[in-house]
Order: sequence, then structure tokens, then C-alpha cells
Amino acid sequence: MAGSSSSIMDNLFQRTLDDLIKSMRLQLLNESTFISKSIEDIRREIKSTDPQTKSTALQKLTYLSAIHGVDMSWASFHVVEVMSSSLFSHKRIGYHAASISFHDSTPVLLLITNQLRKDLSSTNHFHASLALHCLSTIATLDLSRDLTPDLFNLLSSSRVFIRNKAIAVVLRVFDKYPDAVRVCFKRLVENLESSDPHVVTAVIGVFCELSSKDPRPYLQLAPEFHRILVNSKNNWILIKVLKIFARLAPLEPRLGKKIVEPICEHIRRSGAKSLVFECVRIVITSLSDHESAVKLAVSKIRELLVDQDPNLRYLGLHALSVAAPKHLWAVLENKDAVIKSLDDEDSNIKIESLRLLMAMVSESNVVEISRVLLNYALKSDPEFCNEILGSVLTTCGRNDYEIIVDFDWYVSLLGEMATIPHCQKDEEIENQLIDIGMRVKDARLQLVRVARDLLIDPALLGNVYLHRILCAAAWVAGEYVQLVRNPLELIDALVQPRTNLLPPSIRAVYINSVLKVLSFCLDCYLDQDEGTASSYCCNLAGEQSEMFLVKTHTEAPELVATTREGSNYEQDEGFNPRNTTIESSDDLSDENDTDRVVTLLSMKNFTHESVVSLLNRIELIFSSLTANQDVEVLERARNIFAFVQLVKAEIIDNSGQNVDKKYTQVSAVIKSIRDAFSMELGPVSISAQGRVAVPDGLVLNENLDDLKAICGDIELPSSSSFYTGGPQFGTASDASSSNLLKNDESGPSNESTSLLEHRKRHGLYYLASDKSETVPNDYPPANDPKANSNINDEADALAKLTEQSLLLKKRTNQMKPRPVVVKLDDGDAAPIPDKRPEPINDSLSGAIKDVLGSEANLSVSRSNPLDKSSTKRKGKKKLGTDLPSEMKENLGDAEKPDPENPNPSSKSKERRRRGKEKIVEGEEPEQRGKKKSSHRHGRHKTHQRANSPLNVVSQAPVIPDFLL
Amino acid sequence: MIHFVLLISRQGKVRLTKWYSPYSQKERSKVIRELSGLVISRGPKLCNFVEWRGLKVVYKRYASLYFCICNDQEDNELETLSIIHHYVETLDRYFGSVCELDLIFNFHKAYFILDEVLLAGMLQETSKRTTLRLIAAQEELVEAAKEEASSLSNIIAQATK
Repeated sequence: MAGSSSSIMDNLFQRTLDDLIKSMRLQLLNESTFISKSIEDIRREIKSTDPQTKSTALQKLTYLSAIHGVDMSWASFHVVEVMSSSLFSHKRIGYHAASISFHDSTPVLLLITNQLRKDLSSTNHFHASLALHCLSTIATLDLSRDLTPDLFNLLSSSRVFIRNKAIAVVLRVFDKYPDAVRVCFKRLVENLESSDPHVVTAVIGVFCELSSKDPRPYLQLAPEFHRILVNSKNNWILIKVLKIFARLAPLEPRLGKKIVEPICEHIRRSGAKSLVFECVRIVITSLSDHESAVKLAVSKIRELLVDQDPNLRYLGLHALSVAAPKHLWAVLENKDAVIKSLDDEDSNIKIESLRLLMAMVSESNVVEISRVLLNYALKSDPEFCNEILGSVLTTCGRNDYEIIVDFDWYVSLLGEMATIPHCQKDEEIENQLIDIGMRVKDARLQLVRVARDLLIDPALLGNVYLHRILCAAAWVAGEYVQLVRNPLELIDALVQPRTNLLPPSIRAVYINSVLKVLSFCLDCYLDQDEGTASSYCCNLAGEQSEMFLVKTHTEAPELVATTREGSNYEQDEGFNPRNTTIESSDDLSDENDTDRVVTLLSMKNFTHESVVSLLNRIELIFSSLTANQDVEVLERARNIFAFVQLVKAEIIDNSGQNVDKKYTQVSAVIKSIRDAFSMELGPVSISAQGRVAVPDGLVLNENLDDLKAICGDIELPSSSSFYTGGPQFGTASDASSSNLLKNDESGPSNESTSLLEHRKRHGLYYLASDKSETVPNDYPPANDPKANSNINDEADALAKLTEQSLLLKKRTNQMKPRPVVVKLDDGDAAPIPDKRPEPINDSLSGAIKDVLGSEANLSVSRSNPLDKSSTKRKGKKKLGTDLPSEMKENLGDAEKPDPENPNPSSKSKERRRRGKEKIVEGEEPEQRGKKKSSHRHGRHKTHQRANSPLNVVSQAPVIPDFLL
Repeated sequence: MIHFVLLISRQGKVRLTKWYSPYSQKERSKVIRELSGLVISRGPKLCNFVEWRGLKVVYKRYASLYFCICNDQEDNELETLSIIHHYVETLDRYFGSVCELDLIFNFHKAYFILDEVLLAGMLQETSKRTTLRLIAAQEELVEAAKEEASSLSNIIAQATK
């Protein structure tokens, strides 16, 4: 008595869902505290014995779970309780809660089988409908197996809405329990014949989903689909049928001929854009052999591309990118619209057009397209800018730079990309710079030039996204130092004060490069002292520079030709030796920088004073670094420091003496260091490690997990971690080194003229020599977008360029032969193949094949009742786990009048229609026999059955012709 | 097929979620967070499609509400847009010029209507009339049960149990 009265109180004073929502909206307090309070209430209420209280509590919980993401897995048993209520209102809340919260591993799923079965077979159709809805989201293998017979019954329910839902549920059941196919599939196929468009919509929807996994088994149903394609006027159905055909057509070549005509008809006639687009898509993906159809589709695409609606423009571009692999001409034909879309306000449209543009890129037009894209990148927002850079990098780098002929150009392009203000593609550029250095010997000269330009600019050091690129540049400059025009300038660039902005790992690379360059300089100096005046130029660069000399000799005429023809690579001009004789005063003039009138020779002509001052400066700079906190920086700095001290002593000792006197000891040291660096590095195959035999006695751990325990707290050096510790060291070194630079400036023999030029221009970004301020991190954008005033003409320019380059598929005069790109035998980067999804041969399609295969004649079996499956059903019933369920049968339900049609007139209508349906169904087998007129003779007539003698053209004997 | 349906207000508040593919509660919150940021930030006059994690999200804004449907790449975007529109029209007929408040306070009704329109990630009912007829019939059923439950005799019977 007490319990029941409290439940009444609960019932009367319980917050309803409405109350909850209202008070939540009024809630001024924290939402999460309110939610947790409500949950407390719910936890109490849901244990109530009163079904009303319980179900209201569950409803509130469902709301909180669906909208606020509250966990409700703890209430799953209560969900089952509410589901089993006999009242529809409660039941509905229960089922709704189940479909929201249950998943495959919910333990109470085992308890609901009988409840679901009861509701599925309930005379109240709405109960069945609830159960079907629930089953469509939570069905598991067990549920599917146990409930398949009930589902089978509902597949032929007289209520269309129940039948529809049962059909949709079949999809999930097949997925979980493929054996259900043997029971339900025939009935599913029968529903294809239904005269009710709703039923057909549902069945076609199921077949559309089924065929997306593996289309092969459904080839046999092609005649049915074809009939629907020809006869249906319902766009929902037609779109799905087209999707099915798009998957079937590639499997059966003869199918294309049958469907192409109705599809073209839809393209021409239909006003529904969705249907037209679907038709276009199937033509370009699956019917590419049918030329006229493709032309029609492409003309439709063109209409979409220039439409006002951004949706259609997007879809037009999308369709083009689908067409691109097979019909590049379609893309080229519409290139104007594609290029125009690059300027669209919608980023999605821009990205689609970028993809298309990249699909157009070939050996002959890569230069032009990249140029224009880079200009677009300059004026775009950061996101799209990087999108552009990313696609250019990927496209150009694909299959070991397959489409790049002129590597000098490409290397300059990489340098240019790095200086684009929004560029964040540091990793890719870094990798490609180093990769090209190792793979393409002929590109190294230009690579070193680009690296030098990057290193020399102090403004770039402030940009976090450039650090990795600078790292690559420093490595390249050090590695190929013999190609560097002015090593002293390079050293200045590598030790400039702002390098303290670099993370330690990259600074270490800088320091290593300094060592390489320094040893090279000293080597040259010693050589030049040793050698005679007339021939020192041949020795100065060591043996490796011979390669370079040869290159200059052989290629110079071509380069001259290039410049004469008005090549557009301005940057090349800086270093085109226009004379084959190296000794001549060959000015490498740079138009912007008149100070830099220097010759190759004079740059490598080291005087004793210059070497001594170099050593002094390096000693000074690195003495402060020897107290650096990062171990990599510290160690390398110490090495250099010690090396310099060693060398300096001897060089200064010898200063006053005769030139003939040899620096024997130093010479040996420097030679050995040079030797260490002179070995050329090449690309390494990813499988290289595997080819090294494991030495005897070495035990390799299979499992390296225990490493974690050992070095778990050791952070791996990462380039993204920045140098923060020990500002006192950094500033100290900066102050001293910038003092040093200042001294240099006053000195007459200053080699690093361009660095000074930078200092003059960006004096703001240099540290004041007497103050140790923090270094400002902002820097002027390297490429000012405003400078490109003619950007609006770019679209036209690109259009023209692509036109030219695409029309002349091959350039008539190739300026240079493509240099050799080192590739490894086994291909470290295997050519990217076209991805082709393999159809999954799962048990589901196997079952469907079995079912379809066993039916020799579909129409015969269709008229028969499925006795086989019904016996199976009985067996299944026995198998079904009989759970001791206390759930009481609701006897009232059976007596209740059918609530579906409260309106008697509609009810009778329904009945009439049902009667009609039956008649149609009964007629159909006979009709089928009569309708033998071919699709060829009349498009609107039904197709013929499989065994028609009319069709004799069967070249492919594997699959029988199903269409005629 | 459709993987999920989301209704998000312009402020990023969730108004309805329906999942047709299995997503854990954690994943659900993440998806909602990601997508609401993605969709709401897009200006007007842009296309209604967003590529997202290899799937395609089709969204449409009605007044202050974004209706988002996520489906497979190869699904027809325009068809999905029509599904959204169909659902909105059905809601409109049911509520009589629907507004966001209707959906906030009748959250479960919006669900039931969605359930009649979509099932198992597929379009279920293309006729608005049929959908509304089914919804009305179910509501009658609920009302009848309620009347019975709240009748005086029932309360007395319960109290004296």
C-alpha cells in the first residue's frame, strides 16, 4: 500500500519531458550540473513500479542521450522493461530508447528476442512497425537468425507500410545473418513486381545497397531492373535503379546496349536534376564505350558547370573529375569553366577544380600550370593556398618526378613555394629538396643556388613553417659545397644571429653544414697555396668539381640558347656562365644586386687574411655555443670549435713565412675531413635494411616493446620542438656575433655582400648590437601578393597556356634532355597504381548466388509458395531460445479495431486496392508469357524473358544473356 | 546509404540526432562537434555538400536550423537534398509552419516523423500524406491509452491494489 501510494506521488509530481526541456531552457546555471541533477531524478524514477513513471523517466533519459550525449547504457534493462509494456505509448518509448542506445554488445539483447517476435507478429500493426524499426538498427546475428521467419511473413504483409519496413529491415538482417537470404530472398524479389511504387522503392533501395557490396549476384535480376528502368516514372526509384546498373554494367558488356537508350532519353527529357545527374554519372562511369551517350552527358556537364546554383557547379566539376581518367577530352573541352572555378567563393568548388586541373597536368604543361597555380596560391586564403601547394608537390613528385623534365625550373619552383607567405608544406618541400639532391645529379647546381637564396635571407628564419625547409637547404648547401659560388657568404648565412630561432635539431644541421663548408674552404686555401698560379683553378674545387666543370662546358651553349630565346626563368640568369672558358672574367651579374658582380674565381680565391678572419669569427661564435643546452648543438659546436683552434694555430704560425712552406699537419687533418664528406649519398631503398645479413652472434629482439620501459621518458628529437631553454646563452651569442658582424661591415674585405644588403634592407630584424632584445618574429612577406597586379588576367593566361600546351601534345623543341633521375631497382616508391576496389566475395553474395542459381526459372518458383523456407521456419522456431518471459500477452490488442484507418472510406479504398493487387499478381505469370515483344521494337513494352530465342548474339559465353 | 541525420541550430546546439550506422557515444559527440563547426562556418550561397572523412555530408539550412545528412560518396547528393526537403515539408505540414521551437519541445515527434520517412538509412516513405496519416494513427493510439490510464477508475484500481 505504501509502495503504491508513493508511486502515485511519483507519478503526480514527476517532471515530464516537456518540463525537463522547458526548465533546461530556463536554466541559468551550468547546463552540465542541471543534466546530472536530472539524471539523479531519472535514476530514482526509472526504478518505479508504475509503468507511467518509468516510461516518462526513460523518455527523459532518451532525450538527454540523443541531444546531450548522456550515457544511458546503465538503463538498458529498464529499456527492455518499458519495451514489454502492453501500452503503445510506453512501448514506443521503450523501442525508441532501444534503437538509440543498444549496440551489438549490449548484454540485454539476448532478452528481447521473444518480445520482438511477439510484436512482429502482433495483430496491431503499429507494434510490428515499432519492432521493425528497432530491428533495423540493433539486429545482431542472433536476433537476425531467430527472427528471420517472422520477417519472412511480414515481407508479404497486406499492409503496405509494414511490408515496406520489413523490406528495409531485410538489409540489416542479410548483413548480419547471410543465411536469411535462403529464406527471404525470393519474396524480396517478388516485391519487385509489386504495383505499389512504395514497395518498389523499398525493394530497389535494398538492392541498391546490396549491390554496392558485391554486384555480381544481382546480374541475374537485370531483366527486372531493366523493366523498372523503362517503365517507372518515379524519380526516387529511377535513381536507385541507375545506381544498380552502374555497378552491373561493367560486369556484363551487353548490358550497356540495353540501358543506354532509356538513359539518354531521361537525360533529354527529365526535368529533375537529380535524375539527370545520376544518368550523367552512369554514362561517364559505366557506359564510356557509347560515344553518343558520353557526348550527351558531357554536354549536360557543361550546362551544370555554368549554372547559377553552386550545387550544380560543384556536381559538374565532380562529374568531370570522375570522367577525367577515361575522357580527358571532356575536361579539356571545359577547361575554361574549370579554371574559372578556381576563383569561386566556395572552397569546395575550388578544391574540385584544383583536382581537375591536376588531372590535366602533363609533361608539356606542368611549367605553365604550376606557374599560374602558384600565383593563385599567393592570393588565396591560407587553407586553399596550402591545398594548391600540396597538389602541385604531389603531382610533380609522383613516381620519382615523372613529369618533370627541367629540374632547374622545378628546384626554383620549390624555393619559390617556400617563400609564399602562407606556405605550410614544409615537410614535403624539405623531403623533395633532399630527394632531388640525391637522385638528380644535374639539378644540384641549381639546388645549391636555391638553398643559398633561402639561407641568406634572415627574414625567413622567423617563420616556423620554413624551419624544415631551411634545414634541407642547409644540408644541401653543405653537402654540395663544391658547387657553391661563394662559400664564405654561405658560412655567414649559416651562422647569422637569427639562427638561434631555429629548433636545436635543425640548428645542429646548420652547424654540421658549417663544418663541411669550412673544411672545404680550408682545403681550397691550402691547395691554392700549394699549387701554381696558372693551374690552381683546376685544383681548387677538388676532384668533385670536375663534374661541375664538365657540366658547364657541355651545357653552356644550350644555356646561352635558352637565354636568347627569352626563357622565362629569371633566376637562371644569375648563374649562366655565358662563356665556356672559366678563367675569363665571367660576371655572374644579378640584375637586382649590382654589388654582387663577382666571378666564380674570385669567390674561391681565399686570401690569408680572409681565412684567418673566418676562423676568428667561427671561433668566437662557436665558443658561445659550446655551452648550449641541447646536446646535438653542443657536441657539434665543440667539435668545430676544437677543429678551428687546431687549424688556426698552425695557419697563423705560418703567416709570415714563405708560401712554399706546407701546412703538413693541418693539411692532413683537413684532407681527412674532406674525405669523410666527399662520399656521395644516394637514395636508400626502403627494403635496404632487409638485405643486410644479420651477423653471427647478434640476437635481434622480435619485440621491442621493452624499449619503451627503458627510454619512455626520453623525448625523441623532433623538429617541431622549439628551443626555449637558456635564453642567456642565446642572447649572449647573438650579441657577440652581431657585434662581430658589425665589425665586418666596417672592414673593407667583406665577402658577404648580399647578407649585408639584407641587413640594410631589413635592419629592423637584426639585433641591436648593444641590446639583447628578443628577436621579433614577424617578417615581411617574401612575396607580396599586391605586387601581382595582373592576377586577374591569370585565368585567361592559364586558359591560353593550357590550350597551347595541350594542343601540341609534345613540345617540338625540347630545350634540354631530361636529366637522369636515380631510381632504385626495386623501386623504393612503387609507381602509384590505379586503385581498384576488389569486390568482396562474402558469404552474403555467396548465399544470394546460391539462391539465384538454384532457381532455374524464377517465374515458376515465384508462383509457388515457399514450402522449403516455411519448413525451415518451423525448424528455426524450435531452435529459438525460449526465454522465460513474464511479459504478458496483451489480449486487448487483438480485439481492438484496426487503428490504421480510422476513416472508413479510406479503409475501404485500401481494401479495394489490396484486392486489385492480388489480381495483378495472379495475372502476371500469364502476362509474362505474352509479352514477348522485344525492347528493340518498342521501348515501352516489357522486355522478354531469359530464354527468348531472339537473342543470339552471345559472344561472352560465361554469363548467359539475361536481358533478352 | 545514410549514416546519420543531424539537426543543428545556428548556435551549434543539437536538436536531433539519428544514427543509422554504429557510432559509439564518444564518436557521436566527436562527429557532432566536427560537423557543426564545418557546416555552420560555411556562408550562404555556397554549395550544400561537404566532403568529410571519406563520406559526404549534405546539409541545408532552413531558418535557423541546419539539416545535415551524411551518406556515402557515391550517393546522389541532389537526391539527399530532396530527402531533406521532403522531411522538412512533412514536419511543416505536421506542425503547421514548423519552427525551431516546435522541434525543441516536440523532440520525440520529430523523431517519429523521421522514423516514418527514413528507415535503416534508406528513404522509406515518399508520400507526405501517408506519413502524416501513420503518425496521426499512432497518436490516436497513444491518446486512447492515456485516457484509459488516467481515468478515475484506473487510478482507484491502482491505489487499492
